Amino acid sequence: MALAETITGADRAPALRFPRATWPTLGRWVSPLVLLLLWELGVRSGLIPPRVLAAPSDVLATMWAMTISGELPSNVAVSLGRAAAGLAIGLTFGVILGLTAGLTKTGEAAIDPLMQIKRTIPSLALAPLFIVWFGIGETPKIVLIAIATVFPVYLNTFAGVRGVDKRLVEAARSLGLKGPSLIFHVILPGALPSFFVGLRYAIGISILVLVVAEQINAQAGIGQLINAARDFMRTDIIVVCLIVYALLGLAGDAFVRALERRALAWRPSFVEG
Amino acid sequence: MSKQILQSFPAETPVQPSVRLRKFSRRFGTTNVLDGLDLDIAPGEFVALLGRSGSGKTTLLRTLAGLDAIAEQDVRVPAKRAVVFQDARLLPWKKVWRNVALGLPGNARDAKAKAQAALSEVGLAHRLEAWPLTLSGGESQRTALARALVREPELLLLDEPFASLDALTRIKMHGLVLDLWRAHRPSVLLVTHDVDEAIALADRILVLDKGRIAAEERVALPRQRDAEGRSHGLRRRLLAHLGVETPATAHGDAALLSFPTGEVVS
Ligand SMILES: Nc1ncnc2c1ncn2[C@@H]1O[C@H](COP(=O)(O)OP(=O)(O)OP(=O)(O)O)[C@@H](O)[C@H]1O
Ligand SMILES: [Mg+2]
Repeated sequence: MALAETITGADRAPALRFPRATWPTLGRWVSPLVLLLLWELGVRSGLIPPRVLAAPSDVLATMWAMTISGELPSNVAVSLGRAAAGLAIGLTFGVILGLTAGLTKTGEAAIDPLMQIKRTIPSLALAPLFIVWFGIGETPKIVLIAIATVFPVYLNTFAGVRGVDKRLVEAARSLGLKGPSLIFHVILPGALPSFFVGLRYAIGISILVLVVAEQINAQAGIGQLINAARDFMRTDIIVVCLIVYALLGLAGDAFVRALERRALAWRPSFVEG
Repeated sequence: MSKQILQSFPAETPVQPSVRLRKFSRRFGTTNVLDGLDLDIAPGEFVALLGRSGSGKTTLLRTLAGLDAIAEQDVRVPAKRAVVFQDARLLPWKKVWRNVALGLPGNARDAKAKAQAALSEVGLAHRLEAWPLTLSGGESQRTALARALVREPELLLLDEPFASLDALTRIKMHGLVLDLWRAHRPSVLLVTHDVDEAIALADRILVLDKGRIAAEERVALPRQRDAEGRSHGLRRRLLAHLGVETPATAHGDAALLSFPTGEVVS
């Protein structure tokens, strides 16, 4: 009411005043909404045939229907399971290898060259080999995700361990800490911020690789939904699946953020807020 | 009183030195940073070590702390040692009391109680649960001091622990260190650039040069020394205004000096 008043009050020239903080954030929503609107209008007016792209409203309706029927949740669960399994294996190996290489010179000499060689081969290029080895079931998909996520976790864990402030290590040694207690109290917590960077990368990569891996003869999962939808030219279902992939990525990021907020509560950026 | 006990030690020949180095040398590359150095510190003695930058003060302190290899040289130090570095070196991921309790033997509850007591002694009882990165410079150093003292060291090694603090905080810290030293009686080796600081705190002042102890001064003045040796009245009054208690002055006197009308504001 107050707002309407100021807008109609013609005598007050700069009438429309949004609070400084909210205006830019509101502004950021304008262009995506306009795009959605144009998209919807394009399809409704017949400019864009539904076979090329379904209207946003149809996509939402399809999404709702697929959720109600249980088709979407069950397939999302399958995909999520693959990503989680691959990520878990990749994380485990990445952390073990990163710690071994970081904590011991011998470990570094043994592991680092192999990891650097592995890095030069794009993980996705290994897919054909894995299909030959593991067939076309779940195994090659999970192995592919695991292989792809090992490296960022390894590299950041390794760098984190090596990057721990030497002065803190020395101070802890002067307090009588050594061996396992030094590693537990000083080196691991010191390496944690860097590990989280690796984890973030790994989650992103796991979803990327999931998309490709699921094209390998999937009987269930989002990939299978997409394949079936492609055959029937159901662009609405394809867009639903794209949205799901995007949401998975966002959820992964939010997950790491929440973990960090708890585990790195001591950092100044979190200490304040 | 405790001071008298200390002064009753025969100065030149301490019976059972707490620290004893003979002909100690340490080289980096081709330069002998320490070169045939002899050093004795009596139990409970407060020694200050002066020297220009690069003269090897930190190197000597690190040797006494056991942080560097000594290669079978004649070095005798007590088993219980603690170091306070110029930068507090608190683990940022452990709350203040956990930093103090770090590495303490015994069960967790005892360790926490000890840490709490030590932090109270340095006036930080209210920051037990704080993250180190939220502490001020002076608070960080007090925490580091508490972390050193909680181990009840026989030898306390201080490497320019107050150099990064402002003048006011530094003076407060001097008082605190003296109080703690009197209460716990460790031998202290304080490395410093600051001559006044050395005069204010130490029983004995050593000057390190060319790899050896080049000079030695015994400070015979009673503590509460006015480092500047002049303008003590004004200085004291100004400090009182700024909230620093100078030990020589009783509280009432300070108030009277500050407020000539006799009005006590507190
Ligand atoms: N690890 C090292 N490797 C090589 N040289 C070193 C090392 N540590 C110290 N030095 C050298 O030894 C000399 C003494 O260093 P030290 O740190 O003991 O000096 P300092 O008296 O503490 O100086 P400051 O007052 O500036 O702290 C310096 O010339 C320094 O460069
Ligand atoms: Mg030094």
